[in-house]
Amino acid sequence: MKKKLYFLLLSFAILLLPSLNPLLFSEPSSLVLKHQHNFDWPSSEDFLRIISLRDYNTRIVLLGTMLFGFASGMIGVFVTLRKRALVGDAVSHASLPGVVIAFIFMVSLGGTGKFLPGLLAGALISSFIGVGVILLVRNYTRLHEDAALGIVLSVFFGFGVALLGITQKMKEGNSAGLDSFIYGKTASMLISDAWLILVSAFVVLILSVMFFKEFTILCFDEEYTLARGWSVFGLDLMMMFLTVGVTVVGLQAVGLILVVALLIIPPISARFWTSNLKKMFLISSCLGAISGILGAAVSALVPKLPAGALIVLVCGILFLVSLLFGSESGMFIQLYRNLRFQYRILIQNLLRSMYEIANSKQSFKEDDLKSFMIDYEELFNFRSWKKMSLMIAVEVSKFKNLVIKTKKGLIFTKSGYLESVRIFRNHHLWELYLLNYAGVGLGHVDHFVDDIEHIIESKILEELGEEQRS
Amino acid sequence: MEWTVLDFWIVSAGILASLSCALLGNFLILKRMSMMGDAISHSVLPGLAIAFFLTSSKASFSMFLGAAVLGVVTSILTQWIHKHGNVDQGASMGVVFTILFAIGLVLIVQAADSVDLDPGCVLYGAVEYIALDMITFVDFEIPRAIVVLSLVFLLNSCFVLLFFKELRITTFDTQYATSLGFNSDLMHYALMGLIAITVVAAFESVGSIIVIAMLIVPGATAYLLTDRLSLMIFLSMFFAILSAVLGHFSAVYFPPFFGFPDTNTSGMMATLSGVIFFVVVIVSPRYGLFSSLLNKMVTRFRVVQEDVLSIIFRSEEENSLGATKEHILLYFIHHPLWLSIAMKFLEFNKKINRRGNVYVLTAIGNSESITLMRSHRLWESYLSTEIQAPHSHFHDTADRLEHIHDADIQETLDLEGRDSEFDPSGKKIPPESED
Repeated sequence: MKKKLYFLLLSFAILLLPSLNPLLFSEPSSLVLKHQHNFDWPSSEDFLRIISLRDYNTRIVLLGTMLFGFASGMIGVFVTLRKRALVGDAVSHASLPGVVIAFIFMVSLGGTGKFLPGLLAGALISSFIGVGVILLVRNYTRLHEDAALGIVLSVFFGFGVALLGITQKMKEGNSAGLDSFIYGKTASMLISDAWLILVSAFVVLILSVMFFKEFTILCFDEEYTLARGWSVFGLDLMMMFLTVGVTVVGLQAVGLILVVALLIIPPISARFWTSNLKKMFLISSCLGAISGILGAAVSALVPKLPAGALIVLVCGILFLVSLLFGSESGMFIQLYRNLRFQYRILIQNLLRSMYEIANSKQSFKEDDLKSFMIDYEELFNFRSWKKMSLMIAVEVSKFKNLVIKTKKGLIFTKSGYLESVRIFRNHHLWELYLLNYAGVGLGHVDHFVDDIEHIIESKILEELGEEQRS
Repeated sequence: MEWTVLDFWIVSAGILASLSCALLGNFLILKRMSMMGDAISHSVLPGLAIAFFLTSSKASFSMFLGAAVLGVVTSILTQWIHKHGNVDQGASMGVVFTILFAIGLVLIVQAADSVDLDPGCVLYGAVEYIALDMITFVDFEIPRAIVVLSLVFLLNSCFVLLFFKELRITTFDTQYATSLGFNSDLMHYALMGLIAITVVAAFESVGSIIVIAMLIVPGATAYLLTDRLSLMIFLSMFFAILSAVLGHFSAVYFPPFFGFPDTNTSGMMATLSGVIFFVVVIVSPRYGLFSSLLNKMVTRFRVVQEDVLSIIFRSEEENSLGATKEHILLYFIHHPLWLSIAMKFLEFNKKINRRGNVYVLTAIGNSESITLMRSHRLWESYLSTEIQAPHSHFHDTADRLEHIHDADIQETLDLEGRDSEFDPSGKKIPPESED
């Protein structure tokens, strides 16, 4: 624990080094992107300008969205694994009343009410109250977490809308643009926003790394967390704290929907690539950062399109790619595994049928495989299979050098025969086992074994063999 | 402020929208998919945009169709990612609705600058403007929103009435429903389609915040009060009407109370539904915080009394004299404040008598503490046969479990755990009392 504290202090010290500031941002000029009103494809000049990060504003927006994607992708991993994906949604809606109350409060003190840290503090406080209410409703009523989220989201947001209605009719203070706090203004991100996101991303990174072990155990085994003597509530609160922090900081910089999307989509996309939490952590934060950069870049090229939506779309495309091509559980890899398994079953069925036919004939001799041929006709009638599957089985077995294909029939190769003996043996071991131990009737046993014989491991087979010998 | 026709229209639009939503929301609560309302209210956007592209008008029918299709698509995609992506339902919902909403935003920006489907307006809603769009119906001028919302309400109530049995069975036990031959998927998608239609109807007229709140909060409030689905639906409709009416009143009268101008009704309706929920959470007779607190206190008090009785009983067993207050305090595990209350109460009920500074059990108190003793020793012998741990390990557990001593449990314990007349520490287990 002490080490972690030092680590934390050191990181904050690094973070507060003010010398970094002028290095990163040097030109405090032209802050808002120009708004075009008709859709033009960007010229190559524009393209180059964006790519080379020549604009001060582009640089800030890209940096800000990248950092935000990085941070939310990181904390999102834990949040989604803890099955709290929609907390971000509820919390970001719940920040509205806080923003408006902060505004009203500051106006009544005589300011303009647009003091950013004040509004942020309001958002943070009311999001925290929202989190508290979620936890209370979940723990102390018979309602489930989803209902708690929905209630907090709608009631808090409704209250915020009602308060906003008041401010719009207020004589003092100009409330116009207050709602952009919720809907974001990515294209006109300021240096202070980017700086804020940088700080919060750093805090999230530090805390996530520090509590990696604890969060991991909390996500996968709540009881074990308790047994280790850690406070589930405390860790949950810490996780929620990080989520609320990222959400509120992200809200006014990039908008509500983007916050929710970047908390959920990158971790879920990462899930398709790996089952290892550390890798998932890495992939998720990278995916978040990439969608931040690409989306913001595209929106800089085509300023007419809303940046938040574009970032979500890029994120969505990355999700689609992961869904299809993910190396762990993507659609194609699943399809491939499934097909491979189907082929294995077909081959095994073919070889076993061949073995059974061959051994029922007098003319078959084990030491002279080449001279014995099995008709397609006979093979087809031996089992109830479709012509198509028999053809596929033959082709695949030929490819694997298990049989020799001739015009009229099939001939075993040496390895094919050995394989068929093994399969036949498996089949019979299972049959005997089910007969003796599972009490399956003689007439039914073949059917059961047909299903099970393909999925057995060598270890189980050894055991079955032992069983048989005794 | 005067009660005008406008107020009447606003309140009726609010009531109709709330009723339509609450009706369907019950099933969302029970299916544990409460966030689906929020998700669908975002994900219908591309449906609206595409409908607008195809027909280049804001005609209601095509919009409803587009929304319904997108509602069903949302729930299909959510299910699919949930199943194949190895993630929980909330996460897959989040993936689907954010991406669809982003597509919708881009499409709408592309559509035309003049389209007034901007998300801010949609989310904030404006019940107050419904009187701007009137149509003539027979001889009356009625806001178009009222007509649309009435139709939607009619549609929803017909759906719930006609398919009540199917909805109930598919909501509570999908597998059982399937085995009976009901198509649960079809019911689910029909529900989602209707929710999407309701969302869009409310979008246009009263703002989506009412939809999201009314889909969840009245149903959740009703769920705290009853275990019957039909009653839950009626209660949720009652709460929906209540929040709509109170919402409008508080929007008009509440802020001026603090010296602020009045505010919009949509937000206040959502807020009031939350207030009603909060009240019910506290006072609900069966699942409320107050009643569960009361239950806890009553049980606690019974436990304290029983502990006092058994302490006196034990000391009588040892020295046949009874116990002083100091002696009781020595073994008393609760806060000392409880002790004096419990003693007063026991004395009042004639379970203990006071002789000087010594307390003894009366006949009633004695038979009660024998029951307790029996319970304690039965539990001990049950624990020793079941857990096979030394006596010291489960004495405390038995101390706590002894307060569970209804006749059924005692009989079970007697049959299962006991193999002799004595408990593990060698003390006799008292026989069952006569009464």
